[in-house]
Amino acid sequence: MSRAARGLRMAAAVAAVLVGAALAGLLPSAGVRAGASGVPSVLRVGTDATYPPFEFVEGDEFKGFDMDLIREIGRRLGVPVVIQNVAWDGLIPGLNNGNYDVIISAMTILEERAAVVDFSDPYFTAGQVMVVRRGETAIQRPEDLRGRVVAVQINTTGQFATEQIAGVRRIDKYDTTPLAVQAVMQRSADAAVIDLAVAVQLAREFPGQVQVVGEPFTEEYYGIAVRKGRPELVQAINRALAEIKADGTYDRLYATWIRT
Amino acid sequence: MDFRWDIVWSSFPYLLVGARATLVLTTVSVSAGIVLGTVLALMRLSRSRPLSAVAAAYIDVFRGTPLLAQILFVFYGLPQVLGFPLSSLAAGLLALSLNSAAYVAEIVRSGIQSVEKGQIEAAQSTGMTHGQIMRYIVLPQAFRRIIPPIGNEFIAMLKDSSLVSVIAMEDLMRRGQLLGSRTFRYFEVLLAVTVMYLVLTRAVSYLVGWVERRVRVAA
Repeated sequence: MSRAARGLRMAAAVAAVLVGAALAGLLPSAGVRAGASGVPSVLRVGTDATYPPFEFVEGDEFKGFDMDLIREIGRRLGVPVVIQNVAWDGLIPGLNNGNYDVIISAMTILEERAAVVDFSDPYFTAGQVMVVRRGETAIQRPEDLRGRVVAVQINTTGQFATEQIAGVRRIDKYDTTPLAVQAVMQRSADAAVIDLAVAVQLAREFPGQVQVVGEPFTEEYYGIAVRKGRPELVQAINRALAEIKADGTYDRLYATWIRT
Repeated sequence: MDFRWDIVWSSFPYLLVGARATLVLTTVSVSAGIVLGTVLALMRLSRSRPLSAVAAAYIDVFRGTPLLAQILFVFYGLPQVLGFPLSSLAAGLLALSLNSAAYVAEIVRSGIQSVEKGQIEAAQSTGMTHGQIMRYIVLPQAFRRIIPPIGNEFIAMLKDSSLVSVIAMEDLMRRGQLLGSRTFRYFEVLLAVTVMYLVLTRAVSYLVGWVERRVRVAA
């Protein structure tokens, strides 16, 4: 190898190491770069926007109850909010990998989840209901799912609640709730078990095809998830949530998005 | 960094059921693909223009579109036309088989075309019919030559079958995902799943090598 070529290779190697070091230094700080309050300069939000009326995409815009709520929280924390659309199953891993600062995605506070992420105070009370084809009369209560195929969204409280029902023939686990309901419409499944507000929304969208039956048979609470080790951020979010509930903003959001 | 390998060990039977589903899905689909693909190859090579055109169009469509699109189409689209639902197993098998047939058809065609013209002429001069020539002279040699590429197709399908997880089939990939997102131990679980895929593909290539050697001795 000529001298010049060797020099060039050396320079390239040094440059690569420098760039690598710079990136390595930048990446972790991007998520943690924060003021004294522990609130990042930009609040990066992960959500699975396939869940109207809580989060969905219309055109290029994120809409829904959760989306308005997190924007309101960002406003009160004084930081811009950047929302990323992530597959449900990848939400918590993405949070823990530092891809975003918080998750708001109609996520129920569960022990297993709380073991790996921290949750804000509850901001919504939800429950599971059954969605069946229009005109289906044999399914009225969860017990009627005995011997039936039930569609759920993968690793949701809908799945966990269905697993508690005795004698269900099969639980088909889909990536999103609309896909689970689609399975009911096309008769691949007899019922879907999903959140009440979402079920109502879907039944309104497809009135000729599906209907909601019965009362919610679980009670659960949604929370905003934050990576472990950021208590100041959790506190700041809780303070903003309390304000939003106290001054009537919450009720306004509720009235705008939720129909039950 | 602490690793929770105990999760992998305790969930091994759960993952094995997924691996079995993957293996069944692959074996049935490639077998069906071989049957349908051979028919397609013969159509493609036949002197009938329409037959050949139909086979060519089929191959174009199934090789030229993503397998994921085909799976979703069969599961969500087809029932709308058929008027009855397909289970995710049925839809997965159908989509993978139809896809495999397109690839196998091209493998079989190249195998048939690799048989020297002189042999066919020689067979013709002994008074054999076209069917006899195919059955006794061409196809036996062709099939021997296509064993390695068929093995390839098998291995490719073993991996690609993981796409059926989107229609709620609990194959090895899906069970890995479920376990990962339930325990939040992605590193351990996904490593276990990929190792299991590797074991499966290694086993298949070993099997193909064995068949290849046997057939060579027989020849």
